[in-house]
Amino acid sequence: MPTEQERPTLWDKLRAFWRNTDWESNLIVPLAAIAFGLLAGSIFVLSIGKSPLAVYKAVLDTIFGSKRSFLDVIGQATPLVFTGLAVAFAFRTGMFNIGAEGQFTMGMLVAGIAGIKLHWLPGPLLTLVCLVAGTLAGGLWAAIPGWLKAKRGVHEVINSIMMNYIALYLTNTLVLSKWLREPGYQATFEVPRKALIPNFMGTTANWGIILAVLAVVVVYYLLWRTKLGYEIRATGYSPTAAEYAGINVPNRLLGALVISGLLAGLGGAVYTLGVKRRVFQLFGFTGIGLDGVAVSLIGRNHPAGVILAALLYGVLYRGSASIQLSTGVPKQVVGIIQACIIFFIAADEIVRFLLKRFSRKGEAA
Amino acid sequence: MNTSVPFVEMRGIVKQFPGVLANDRIDLDIYRGEIHALLGENGAGKSTLMNILYGLYRADAGEIRIDGKVVHFDGPNAAIRHGIGMVHQHFMLVEPFTVAENIILGNEPHKGIRLDRRQAIAKVEELSEKYNLHVDPHARIADISVGMQQRVEILKALYRGAELLILDEPTAVLTPQEADELIVTMRQLVAAGKSIIFITHKLKEVLRSCDKVTVIRRGKKIATLPTADASLNELATLMVGRDVELTVSKTAASPGQPVLQVENLHALDNRGLPALRGITFNVRAGEIVAIAGVEGNGQTELVDCIAGLRQATEGKIKISEQEVTNLTPRQVQEAGVAHIPQDRQKRGLVLNFTVAENMVMRSYFRPPFSSGLTMNQGLAEGYAKNLVAKYDIRTPSVQTLARSLSGGNQQKIIVAREIDQNPDLLIAAQPTRGLDVGAIEFIHKELLQQRDAGKAILLVSLELDEIMALADRILVMYEGKIVGELSGEEATEEKIGLLMVGERGKGGETVAN
Amino acid sequence: MNLNYVTTTTLLFFAVRSAAVLLLAGLGGIFSERAGVVNIALEGMITLGSFAAVAVTLLTYQPWLGVLAAILSGALLAALHGVLSIRFKANQVISGTAINILAAGLSSFLMKSIFDQGGHLLLDTAPKVADWSIPFIKDLPWIGPILGTHSPGVYLAFILTGVTHFILFHTPIGLRIRAVGEHPHAADTVGINVYRIRYLGVILSGILAGFAGSVLSIGIGTAFLENMAAGRGFIALAAVIFGKWTPLGTMAACLLFGVSEAIQVTSNLLGIGKYIPSSLMATFPYIITMLALAGFVGRTVGPAASGQPYEVDKR
Repeated sequence: MPTEQERPTLWDKLRAFWRNTDWESNLIVPLAAIAFGLLAGSIFVLSIGKSPLAVYKAVLDTIFGSKRSFLDVIGQATPLVFTGLAVAFAFRTGMFNIGAEGQFTMGMLVAGIAGIKLHWLPGPLLTLVCLVAGTLAGGLWAAIPGWLKAKRGVHEVINSIMMNYIALYLTNTLVLSKWLREPGYQATFEVPRKALIPNFMGTTANWGIILAVLAVVVVYYLLWRTKLGYEIRATGYSPTAAEYAGINVPNRLLGALVISGLLAGLGGAVYTLGVKRRVFQLFGFTGIGLDGVAVSLIGRNHPAGVILAALLYGVLYRGSASIQLSTGVPKQVVGIIQACIIFFIAADEIVRFLLKRFSRKGEAA
Repeated sequence: MNTSVPFVEMRGIVKQFPGVLANDRIDLDIYRGEIHALLGENGAGKSTLMNILYGLYRADAGEIRIDGKVVHFDGPNAAIRHGIGMVHQHFMLVEPFTVAENIILGNEPHKGIRLDRRQAIAKVEELSEKYNLHVDPHARIADISVGMQQRVEILKALYRGAELLILDEPTAVLTPQEADELIVTMRQLVAAGKSIIFITHKLKEVLRSCDKVTVIRRGKKIATLPTADASLNELATLMVGRDVELTVSKTAASPGQPVLQVENLHALDNRGLPALRGITFNVRAGEIVAIAGVEGNGQTELVDCIAGLRQATEGKIKISEQEVTNLTPRQVQEAGVAHIPQDRQKRGLVLNFTVAENMVMRSYFRPPFSSGLTMNQGLAEGYAKNLVAKYDIRTPSVQTLARSLSGGNQQKIIVAREIDQNPDLLIAAQPTRGLDVGAIEFIHKELLQQRDAGKAILLVSLELDEIMALADRILVMYEGKIVGELSGEEATEEKIGLLMVGERGKGGETVAN
Repeated sequence: MNLNYVTTTTLLFFAVRSAAVLLLAGLGGIFSERAGVVNIALEGMITLGSFAAVAVTLLTYQPWLGVLAAILSGALLAALHGVLSIRFKANQVISGTAINILAAGLSSFLMKSIFDQGGHLLLDTAPKVADWSIPFIKDLPWIGPILGTHSPGVYLAFILTGVTHFILFHTPIGLRIRAVGEHPHAADTVGINVYRIRYLGVILSGILAGFAGSVLSIGIGTAFLENMAAGRGFIALAAVIFGKWTPLGTMAACLLFGVSEAIQVTSNLLGIGKYIPSSLMATFPYIITMLALAGFVGRTVGPAASGQPYEVDKR
């Protein structure tokens, strides 16, 4: 049994942290991947005869051009923190929650329904009810593929994608039904003002960011400071060893996917209450859940990394809106850049390979 | 057939892996018509050298000559063209394919673009006739015995025109009798002019079946000598580099009350076929009971059932009079069972966890490591540091990932963790597989100490030497049943070997299926 | 349900047509998975293929050049997936996801920069691939309305099913593909180039999925829409699993999923539309896919090494 050790000082802890962190894979490789991704995007910009520098300048000008557009970056990043966390959490259990998209959509929808239908509740309580309802909806949406994975061994990816489509069409069915639709709108009625999450200066940024940061802290604590976190990580790395250690593996798989869904659902609810105010008909996926995959990967599936990656995405999102106007480059170039960043992150061997090449050239010069 | 020019000459072979010099200027000559043993401990560099000869690895320095001419192998194809064939320790067979399909793979007879199955089968039959290696070309690999799979591997090499056969630890998976048959086959092959390199770490086999032996230690060639001039002790000293005790010193056991009682146990394997068919035995406090048998006769399933990792379909398991049949692994553990699993990398450790996290793998959920929902990593690290010191585990720190440690040190983490649970029953499944002599000695000593401290120990091993050195009682498993029991004193390799292939020993009881 | 001669034959006509698109992609999935590479990028290959077909047809007025472009674009994406997951050992599911994002982004980007269009791109006056009518068959009752006239891609899908079966199970290359997906190390030790076989499998899957895209946009339809693939790549993959990684089994699964899609498309004709709004009917194929997987997976086993990168030991 353990004996009392002398308590390590903060300095010891910091030193141990520095020593034990793999800086190359956690910092250098993601940064290089982003750089290479931007470089690859530049090639596409060049291919249509435009200047990539002008594009990046336009992005930076927009973001630092006004307080409002800077706030918009944060506003765009907020829902991505939730979906990014959701995906990261599932990755830690060895599962790929591409269903964050559908879970986010369900969170959006159900939070909206709760706000409209329970409008008689007092303000703060109504907000809380909406958030809880949206969160649970996301959890439920994840529980279905989670259950199929845990009990029937069906891979979660195809099922989650099917659930994404079902969420999409279910949303449209309900949004356009007599029960919810506001006449003259392709959307539901508005959620009562008293239930909304206040925003900053009329931008997309809102107090939901506090919830996002809180969620990051909770996820960090859960993963590395609790029994459940230990079990989830063990299951993710090696289900066979986890079983031997006495962990109920199917149960933990299901649990982790549900927690992941709760996070995405909460993100959807915050999005409705803080930004959209009502639920609109969808003409395709929101993309926020799908981008959660990229955010998680760029953030190295680490809660803190997710925040930084979400901010990067906020910049790309907000920037893309203005580059089309100011440079004539189609905003869709952002999608290409995103894909390239994921390529480089996923195949980090490429990045290591390229980095070695560059540093060797540097030595030769 | 020996001529003055060797068939294969390896000269000054060097191979550097990150952190290890696997081959350090090794020379090796193989003549036609000889069986040449390559002897060395696990990790000595034998497999690396042979992978270089077979074109799977490239040497950093040195050259290979065939019939006196320098050759460069850029892959197995080139080696195959020069008449080199290899039978890997883990068979390279595609399970859902038939015997014939496996043999012709990569060199398929065809009519136009169509695969010519008839000709394939004819060729396999012809070869199997010629070298007296009987196989059924139509059978699926998944359905045939390990011995037959090995014959398929040998035929695969001969089909490609092999003149030199490299056999990597070929007897590891065989019964003593099957091993004898293999030696007969090898004799026939060299009589037909082939050469054989026989990779092994078993001294007796070298003396019994080979003409010459080359000993390798820590990447260096130590000696090449004719086996006629060698003795067991001499080879052991050459292989390990110091005098080793070939037998573990052991006092007589004084068994107490039964700790583990298994009654009429039945269970299925992963494919849903019966793997255990009515197993009954017990293990008493203060004794080591060993399960012997050819791999795949239900040993894995038996251990899994006892440890709660597999459901029994029938029968009872009791630990110290408490029934634990089909309880969860956690409940079985709480009943007083510790388990050193057979697959340390898949079961025994989470390779991406730190040493500390692995050390608390079976106790993280209890105080003081956990209270309520939270878990205290600091305490886990302190605990791990103590065990690392006590069991002399070589690791830079307890925050190092288990992945980066050597096999021996990984196994020591598991042994330390399981023994420290202070169990009533310790299950040790192939506890020394793939380890070097030092680590093996350490683990054998620990197991005996635990026995002498009054624990019940169930040992499962494929190595007869290990079983005969440690066991107080030996149970032999064959096709999901226990077909015989021997005391440690009366056991001989021959007796165990006969039981391993399902023949009843003395007593003449027939095997009822 | 209102099932008479007209509605039944219409339903089955749509079923065969929808099944064919899934089947082409599914056959691609078989080649890729049998060689050991999971390919969830089928979706993106269909997307880019359907765009490339329309774009090139608009530029050349030659629909068959459009088809060729679709095939090439699918093959290119597949080559990228191959390099990432074979050469650089990226997680195959993640690499596939990135390909899907890339395909969506690339087709919108090109549509905007070449044609200055957003959301969809119509063929307008450019011709689509002309339908084939099978003489004699087209005049038969029942069979005629169902099978008599289709886009060439639909017939090719079913012909290619037989071809795929022959290649996989009756040729040396098929034996090698299967060996690489089951036990790449064994294949390597008998001198088979594991990487080359895997590239072959992946690129074949890109060719077939790209072709499937062209069938969607200029064979059956006359336009490219941004979310045209609508999960077909994933449903095709489900069909592969459901069909136990065999071409014939996959064909059966695709026909089942084709019927579910056809029921959704013809729900008004069948008289279901009155009770269930069409946007809800749209969920039907996805639900059927999930049910099929839930019922059968677990009892089927795929190629043993599928999804695992293979390290050729060059050490």
